[in-house]
Amino acid sequence: MSIQSNEILETVKMVADQNFDVRTITIGIDLHDCISSDINELNQNIYNKITTVGKDLVATAKHLSAKYGVPIVNQRISVTPIAQIAAATKAGSYVSIAQTLDKAAKAIGVSFIGGFSALVQKGMSPADEILIRSIPEAMKTTDIVCSSINIGSTRAGINMDAVKLAGETIKRTAEITPEGFGCAKIVVFCNAVEDNPFMAGAFHGSGEADAVINVGVSGPGVVKAALENSNAATLTEVAEVVKKTAFKITRVGELIGHEASKILNIPFGILDLSLAPTPAVGDSVARILEAMGLSVCGTHGTTAALALLNDAVKKGGMMASSAVGGLSGAFIPVSEDEGMIAAAEAGILTLDKLEAMTAVCSVGLDMIAVPGDTPAHTISGIIADEAAIGMINSKTTAVRIIPVTGKTVGESVEFGGLLGYAPIMPVKEGSCEVFVNRGGRIPAPVQSMKN
Amino acid sequence: MSHSVITVIGKDRVGIVYDVSKILAENQINILNISQQLMDDFFTMIILVDTAQCPKSRQEMLDVFAAESQKLALDIRMQNEEIFQAMHRI
Repeated sequence: MSIQSNEILETVKMVADQNFDVRTITIGIDLHDCISSDINELNQNIYNKITTVGKDLVATAKHLSAKYGVPIVNQRISVTPIAQIAAATKAGSYVSIAQTLDKAAKAIGVSFIGGFSALVQKGMSPADEILIRSIPEAMKTTDIVCSSINIGSTRAGINMDAVKLAGETIKRTAEITPEGFGCAKIVVFCNAVEDNPFMAGAFHGSGEADAVINVGVSGPGVVKAALENSNAATLTEVAEVVKKTAFKITRVGELIGHEASKILNIPFGILDLSLAPTPAVGDSVARILEAMGLSVCGTHGTTAALALLNDAVKKGGMMASSAVGGLSGAFIPVSEDEGMIAAAEAGILTLDKLEAMTAVCSVGLDMIAVPGDTPAHTISGIIADEAAIGMINSKTTAVRIIPVTGKTVGESVEFGGLLGYAPIMPVKEGSCEVFVNRGGRIPAPVQSMKN
Repeated sequence: MSHSVITVIGKDRVGIVYDVSKILAENQINILNISQQLMDDFFTMIILVDTAQCPKSRQEMLDVFAAESQKLALDIRMQNEEIFQAMHRI
């Protein structure tokens, strides 16, 4: 055996003390072959396909977790955006499809199913609009279905009609689900990627194979511990430590992805090498930034620290796997990150700073609770701002925001489990109502003359 | 042939090697390589094993280790060797 004992102990420590885990094994399933003009038949086809393709996923994850001694926290399914599948039915609501997804996902024991989605960056088909209008009821009557809307891209611009509708959809969902919880399962994207295994934004893109395995690894605690135990002094050295650590954790994901692929006989798609936090102490992206030398996440320097972190994670991960994809980088969901929660409670991490941070992070404004009386057009304005950052900078951005009905700044909301809890953050005074109501499309940006 | 690495970590005392190797012998797990050292006050032992003759499934063995870890006040883990190869060797 050529492995040194200190290397073995390092690995054991990562799992035992530093919350290292494989966050998810997700099977992406194409549903195009389920299409039928009869919605009942469509539902039956969808149920059959998901429960057939995904039936061994949970058992396989358990087996691999035992074999390698690394927790595999979630098993999930992502499917073709349902608006594309349901268009032939002429149904006026797609809620029954969401319920089918819920039932199928529960039957095979996965924790989430994503893909109750519409891609409307350039225009909305009638099916897309029916889907978006079905979201509030779908979120209310299902437990583990996740929904996403792609409202913009660098090539298409931003579909402001869709942005307006998305704001109203989020507001409506908040009103009819307890504590706005339904909104935790809705993501509004700009430049959505088609192979992302992370909820709530996972869906199976149309350029993908019939079924594919995507793996998401995570390890904020490991990176923080590596930084604290290193004698890195300069930021160049800090970047080097992050890079090496990202390499190691990505290799585990790669190993488990390939093994799962072999056992399930489904091709290995991508490895998403993101640092995804959890509410557990010691598993926080904010605490990594603070370990670099910030007294609290959200103070000046945070955006720079996050840029360094995000880039170093990508560099380490790229070397570790030939199939890097998804969102890959650092996530900054407020309610799911113990350090972010603390910084927001202290009033130092604000919506403004978060927006700036999203210009350099992996996704965007994530799991942010705002007052319940926030108007729909303000939510649309927040979505438009975030989409603009993604569109201009050719990167993925997203908004997952929860207007918590009946609550206001100074209170907090508890979602439980991996979704954590969040202080209600203030939104800006002033109105963007006229701007949002104009509708139309913000044209795609010029790609030369970058500035 | 199925190689796994067993790590044992805990406060040092008399009889740890005996306790652990007894579990392995009872379950037909063959020791290929064994090393132990004291790091600070902590006893750490790394054992490379072959589990091919073990009549129990991996999950059953993990349950045995979990129960014995409790009883012996040690942290006993078993992981397939490949994970260390993947993480630490290019």
